[in-house]
Amino acid sequence: MTVLTVPMAETGSAGVTRRTRVLRRLRRNPLAVVSFVVLALAGAIALLSPWLAPYSVDQTDFAHTFAPPGTPGHVLGTDDLGRDVLSRIMLGARASLQVGLLAVATSLVIGVPLGLAAGYFRAWDALISRFTDLLLAFPFLIMAVGLAAIRGASLGNAAVAIGIAQIPGVIRVVRSDTLRLKSLDFVAAAVVDGASDLWVLTRHILPNATSVILVQATVAIPAAILGEAVLSFLGLGIQPPAPSLGTMLATAQQFAARAPWAAVLPGVVIMGLALAFNVFGDALRDALDPKGDRR
Amino acid sequence: MARYLLTRAWQSALTLLLSTIVVFFGVRALPGDPALALAGEDRSPEALEAIRRHYGLDQPLPLQFAQYVERMAQGDFGVSIRTGTPVSSMLTTALPVTVELSVLAILIATALGVGAGVLAAVRRGRPAEWLANALALIGLSVPHFWLGLLAILYLSVATGLFPASGFVPFLEDPVDNLHHIVLPAVILGTGLAAIIMRQTRSAMLDSLSSDYVRTAKAKGLRPRAVITQHALRNSLIVVVTVVGLQLGGLISGAVVTEQIFGLPGFGKMTIDAVFQRDYPVIQAVVLLTATAYIVINFLVDLLYSVIDPRIRVTGDPA
Amino acid sequence: MTTVERAGAAAAVDTPVLEIRDLSVSFPTETGTVSAVDGVSLDLASGEIVGMVGESGCGKSVTAMSIAGLLPASARITGSVRLDGTELVGTRESVLRRVRGKEIAYIFQEPMTSLNPVLTVGRQIGEVLQVHERMTRRAARARAVELLTLVGIPSAAQRVDTYPHQLSGGMRQRVMIAMAVACGPKVLVADEPTTALDVTVQAGILQVLRDLRDRLGTSILIITHDLGVIADIADRVVVMYAGRVVERAPVNDLFAHPYHRYTAGLLSASPTPGRHAGTDRLQEIPGLVPVLSTQPDACTFADRCPAADAGCRDSAPPLEVARAGGTDHLAACWHPCPSPRSQIEEVNR
Repeated sequence: MTVLTVPMAETGSAGVTRRTRVLRRLRRNPLAVVSFVVLALAGAIALLSPWLAPYSVDQTDFAHTFAPPGTPGHVLGTDDLGRDVLSRIMLGARASLQVGLLAVATSLVIGVPLGLAAGYFRAWDALISRFTDLLLAFPFLIMAVGLAAIRGASLGNAAVAIGIAQIPGVIRVVRSDTLRLKSLDFVAAAVVDGASDLWVLTRHILPNATSVILVQATVAIPAAILGEAVLSFLGLGIQPPAPSLGTMLATAQQFAARAPWAAVLPGVVIMGLALAFNVFGDALRDALDPKGDRR
Repeated sequence: MARYLLTRAWQSALTLLLSTIVVFFGVRALPGDPALALAGEDRSPEALEAIRRHYGLDQPLPLQFAQYVERMAQGDFGVSIRTGTPVSSMLTTALPVTVELSVLAILIATALGVGAGVLAAVRRGRPAEWLANALALIGLSVPHFWLGLLAILYLSVATGLFPASGFVPFLEDPVDNLHHIVLPAVILGTGLAAIIMRQTRSAMLDSLSSDYVRTAKAKGLRPRAVITQHALRNSLIVVVTVVGLQLGGLISGAVVTEQIFGLPGFGKMTIDAVFQRDYPVIQAVVLLTATAYIVINFLVDLLYSVIDPRIRVTGDPA
Repeated sequence: MTTVERAGAAAAVDTPVLEIRDLSVSFPTETGTVSAVDGVSLDLASGEIVGMVGESGCGKSVTAMSIAGLLPASARITGSVRLDGTELVGTRESVLRRVRGKEIAYIFQEPMTSLNPVLTVGRQIGEVLQVHERMTRRAARARAVELLTLVGIPSAAQRVDTYPHQLSGGMRQRVMIAMAVACGPKVLVADEPTTALDVTVQAGILQVLRDLRDRLGTSILIITHDLGVIADIADRVVVMYAGRVVERAPVNDLFAHPYHRYTAGLLSASPTPGRHAGTDRLQEIPGLVPVLSTQPDACTFADRCPAADAGCRDSAPPLEVARAGGTDHLAACWHPCPSPRSQIEEVNR
């Protein structure tokens, strides 16, 4: 019960659908607009980076190693092998986004069906929660260490390790939303009408759970981007000479004495990407919240 | 209460068994002959045969697994391929570093996270909340190993305030020990603080708008008492859960932090092992992490029953 | 005790403990200011039980919360609330804190959620005593046992250490009452104290409230939408509609002949004592409680009123003594019901 019982007019006319209301709320939130623009830009640059990048990422120039930012021809300078930093950052960001999407796709493909099953079928719940417990017992880095030991380090394995580690989170939100939806009248009505479990799950519950899945994905992507950076930094992710923001930081640490500035930019880019996703995720969650006043 | 504890204990034991099975088969999935992997430097056929017999690799799988569990339970993790020292003795030197780093980090994270979360909830709609939220978002988005890197470059190297790397055991020189570990612990702790802050804030907002907080205000309690005795006490279960869940992040974070600050802990041992294909060490690390995670989360469950009388008395989680 | 005796007892006391004068409360929202309470005046005499009725959203709870300044900081409050002559509106928080729980105590609707789930009931009762009476924790606990006995909880010495979830709904509400009366408050504000409870439990709770009034002389403001509760316990009634007081009368006068059309509607919508079960059908009042801020210069009930005319939409009727009855029966209506009430019912039928 709320403290106040203030007489209020009915909010929102019947003609306004939920989707347009959510979009309107997002448009009105300046943080949502800014983060969306940043993400759109980053996405465009990542997609077009093979053509946009001024140099080939592998083009070395041993005459001009460790050029500081602002050097003519190399706006952001060059690295230990004389490779253009701007080009490598663009392609590194592309790799970050790739891993982010791949990891989240992995976690959704496995996590969503399990979450639906756990929430819908009582008998599955205990089994799936043991599985969740098992996954949680292996932190993503340990998972990545194990995978790297078995299959070798690569972008794909890093994404899979991160994705697996994110499965419990997906199961949790999908399960609780399924439990909520299952108790609603329209689902009960469908069940009474003789709809099959699969029909109810795919036609009634899943479409209504998309918003929580979407929010979960928006917060999982930045976590995956950070995860990739960590793994690549440690040498467990993307392997040199392929460009990665994490490996750029590892190189920067190695040559910190000669080129301390090299440690700044890749980190800023990782943070910018993650921040944009997190801010947009928060805005999306607020816009989807029917109560609508929690920031 | 007893029922609750028994259920939790049984579930934890089951998870522990499952994770041991996963590691057992993970070791079997390693490229090449497991005997080769376990052999270390001496790879003569006789030595391999001896290892096969010693580890029972010629036995049926269930029996192998039983023997495996027995060995692990006795702390026999085999011998490091690279150094030839028993993995257990490597762990005894590495673990204290990691445990100290982790405990300090989680203390810092909890203090910062809970403090900022409560502040943000209480000062709702004021600049303090805005600032706390912004910091939490940044904390959630910043790569912490990068912060560590910058801290070394611009704090340790440039000013000499903190040592850039290295470690001194606590018992040898407590002051120097703290001097070495405080910066890594702060870096690791602030990363976890962001998540704790956001969850605490959200739980506090729920509590603060609850009926029992209204009752507490109607009783004429001071705001401080309303917040600590009523709102925070009820939010504690969320806080404890979140702190418990940070353990995975803590372990991952500790590995990276140790790598950056050159702390000779468990994390550094792990990474070195991966690059040197030191499989006995990797196996021990994975198994130990899982066990630690499961045991600590069981302890967190015990803590619930202390915090929430509804669990203590009826055995039903709230 | 009959209603007639109660009304007599109330009339014997004249100096009010609590005086509410022209109290208005509004809240700023995204779509503009919403007025929740508009010019409410009300007295509460010592030892008197006043009932406040109305539909949900009519401003009852906001009025109650504003008495001890419990509304959120965003609320704009004007008018006056005096406790024994001391002004409370606009008073500093530190002063109000000494009033809350000591001079003015509250009982809320949901005893389950209104009690803190993680503290024993003894702690929660003792807390009030520790704060206002500077008791030690041990002394407060001992007093809590006495208070639990006072509100009719059996084996209080054991119950004092239990948690709210271990008690039944009725027991929890008794705990709330024990907590409220711990410091012997002058005024007890009970906001829908029986709404969440079973009918059989309701009667017990009302009996406890009556006993407290008789033994401690506490004045009680009881807020409810249930006219049965009013008939059972109140000396006087205040009827609220859309943030305004529309009728105020001794309880038996009101039930005998309501003047305001809204009150009449409310009575025919409730299965109240004095009606013959089965012969009358419950009447529904058509329409919804309006947004108050939209019509400052009209009778707020005009849109739902069977007797409304153009005049009702031009100016708001004042709350004044309604026709020849006693001077303590006031109504704000341009076209009051022709009394007695039976006539209206005939028309309705």
